Amino acid sequence: MQYRSLEILVGFFVSIAIAALFFLALQVSNFNALKDNGSYTIKAHFDNVGGLKIKALVSIAGVPIGRVTKINFDTQNYDALVTMRIDSRYNTLPTDTSASILTSGLLGDKYIGLTAGGLDEFLKNGDTIDLTQSALVLERLISQFLFNSSDKSE
Amino acid sequence: MNIFQLLGQSTLKSLAKLGRSSLFFISILSGLGYILKHPNLLIKQLYSVGVLTFWLICIAGLFVGMVLGLQGVYTLSTFGADSSLGIMVAASLVRELGPVVSALLFAGRAGSALTAEVGLMKATEQLSGMEMMAIDPLKYIIAPRFFAGFISLPLLAALFSAIGVIGGYLAGVELLNVDAGAYWSQMQSSIDFYDDIINGIIKSIIFAWLVSWIALFEGYDALPTSAGISRATTRTVVNSAFAILLFDFLLTALMFGAN
Amino acid sequence: MISIRNLTFSHGNRKIFDNISLDIMPHKITAIMGPSGTGKTTLLKLISGQIKPDSGSILVDQQNVPALSRSKLFTLRKKMGMLFQSGALLTDMSVYDNIAFPIRAHTHLPESMIRTVVLMKLNAVGLRGARDLMPNELSGGMARRVAMARALALDPNMIMYDEPFTGQDPISLGVLVKLIQTLNHTLGLTSIIVSHDVQETAEIADYIYLLSAGKIAGQGTPEALNTSESAWVQQFMQAKADGPVPFHYPTNDLTTDLLANKKQ
Repeated sequence: MQYRSLEILVGFFVSIAIAALFFLALQVSNFNALKDNGSYTIKAHFDNVGGLKIKALVSIAGVPIGRVTKINFDTQNYDALVTMRIDSRYNTLPTDTSASILTSGLLGDKYIGLTAGGLDEFLKNGDTIDLTQSALVLERLISQFLFNSSDKSE
Repeated sequence: MNIFQLLGQSTLKSLAKLGRSSLFFISILSGLGYILKHPNLLIKQLYSVGVLTFWLICIAGLFVGMVLGLQGVYTLSTFGADSSLGIMVAASLVRELGPVVSALLFAGRAGSALTAEVGLMKATEQLSGMEMMAIDPLKYIIAPRFFAGFISLPLLAALFSAIGVIGGYLAGVELLNVDAGAYWSQMQSSIDFYDDIINGIIKSIIFAWLVSWIALFEGYDALPTSAGISRATTRTVVNSAFAILLFDFLLTALMFGAN
Repeated sequence: MISIRNLTFSHGNRKIFDNISLDIMPHKITAIMGPSGTGKTTLLKLISGQIKPDSGSILVDQQNVPALSRSKLFTLRKKMGMLFQSGALLTDMSVYDNIAFPIRAHTHLPESMIRTVVLMKLNAVGLRGARDLMPNELSGGMARRVAMARALALDPNMIMYDEPFTGQDPISLGVLVKLIQTLNHTLGLTSIIVSHDVQETAEIADYIYLLSAGKIAGQGTPEALNTSESAWVQQFMQAKADGPVPFHYPTNDLTTDLLANKKQ
C-alpha cells in the first residue's frame, strides 16, 4: 500500500490512542481534583477512627473540601491522630469547628464531616481541631443501649 | 540419560538462551539511532503491528467492558450497591484487564506474526543477504519492529480500557438501568490518576517490552526450517503469556499491595 | 588478492578445515569444488566474515578478516558481492527495489541516478523488463540473475557465487555460465565459484581447488586436473560411481548379512 496512506493510518491510530488516554485521565479518574490550588494541613484527635481510611473525604455541609492524608496512633494521648489536607480555597474555617467521623450511605465508607463553629479566628496550616466525635462502634452502641435499658428497669 | 543430566542440560540451555537474548536486546537498543535517521522504517512497522491490531483490541475491549457491566450489576445488586458499578468496571479494566488482556491478544496476533516473519527471513537467508550487503539486519529489520511494538502496546492498552469503560456504561446504564450519574461520579472520585491509571500504563509498557523482545528473539533464534519456525511461533505465544502473567503478579504486588 | 593461510575451523567435534592454505588470484575465476558437505559454503562465510575460524588468517585486500571490528567488516563487505544459493531476495520488495536497496542504504544518490544504475545492472543480466515483478513471481534462474544484479549494485571488486548452477535447466545454466564469465572479464572482477557441477565450472574456471575431508585434495587449472594422476581427482572430475570414494557404505559382506538374517 502507498506509503502516504500508511502514514495517515498510523497517525490516526496514535491520535485515537492518545484520545483514549485523555478520556481515561479526565472522565474516569480524579485527575481534575488533583489540580492543586494549593492546600493546607490540619489535624484532629479521635478516640476511635472506626473504619476511616487514608484518602477518605473531608467535607463540610456535604461539600468535599479535602482528604485524609495520614492516620497515626498518638503515643502521648493514646488516641488516633488524623491529618487532613484542605483545599486552600476554604481557608475560613473557624477554630472551633468540630469534626465527626460519619458513614456515607448504608454500606458506605467512613468520611470526616466538619461542622463550622462561630469564632472569628480561622484554622491555619498545622492547626488542630479540638472538638471531635469518634466513629460509632456498634458494640459500644449495643452495650450502651443495654446499660440504659437496665437502668430504666430499676 | 538420567533425570539429573537432563535437568542440568536444560538449565544450561535456558541460561544460554537468556544470555543470547540479553545480548540481542542490547543490540536492538543500539538501533535506536538508526531509526531516528530512518523514521519511515518505524512508521511502516507501527502500521503492521499497531494499526492492524486496532480492531481486535477495540472489539475485545468493548465486549470485556460489557461483560464486566453485566456481571457487575448482577453481583452488586444483591448488596444494593449497583451505583458502584462504575468503580468496579473502571478499576478492573484500568488496573488489570486493560494491560493484561491487550498484552495477551497482542502477543497472539502481532507477536506471532513478528516471529514468523523474522524466522522466515532467517530461513530464506534474507538476513544473511542483508549482512553481506553491509546492512545490519538488527538495525534495519529488528529494531524498528521492537520499537513499534514497544510504542503500540501501551497505546492499545489505553484504548482497551477506555472502550471497556464505555462498554460497561452501555451494558449497565443503557441495558440494565444503573444510574448514569452514579456510574461516572463514583468512578471519578475513586479512580486515582496516579495510583490506577499511571500504574496501569507502567504495566503495559513493561508488557510491551517483554512481548516485543520475546517475539523478535524467538524469530531470530529459530531453526531455519518450517518446523523450526512453527515451533518458534508457538513459543512466542506461550512464553509471552507466562511472562505477562508473572510480571502482572509482581507488579500488582508492588504497586497495589503497598496500601 | 585473497590469501588464506593455515585455516582451521571445526563445527562441534568435526574438523571442517584442517590447516588449509589457498590463494585467490585477482581478476580470475577461481572455483572451489568438492563433494557435498565438505564445507564449501562455510569457506565463503569465513571469507566474508560471517563466521570466525578457530585459527589461521584470511587476508582480503591485505586486511585480516577475522580480526576486523564489526564496522570495519561492514566497510569491507561493501566491496564484496555474494550470490546466495536461493538468491536471498527480500520478498516484500519488487525486483527494482531489491537492487536499489543497497544503493539507497549506502549512498545518498538521488532517485534519478539510482534508476539509471538499477536499470543498467538489470540490463547486464538481461532482466531489465522484469523490474516490477515481485520475487515470488520469478523463476529460480531469474531470481539468481536478479541476485547477481543486486550483488553488483555497489560495483564490488569481488563476487562470490554459492552453488550457482544447482538445479537449473540447461538454458538457464547456459545463461548463468555466460554471465559469470562475461561479467568477470568486462568488469575485471575477482570471482569465486563454489560448486559441485564439474562440467559447467570447469568450462569457465581459471583455477580449481578440490576440497575433501578438510584438506585440499587437488588444485590446478581444469586441464591439469583432468589429466591428474590422483585416483580421487579422476573419480571426481569424471563423475565415476566407484573409486577412492566407495559406492558401498562400509559394512561386512553380503553373504554374511543375508545368512545372519536367516539364522534369526
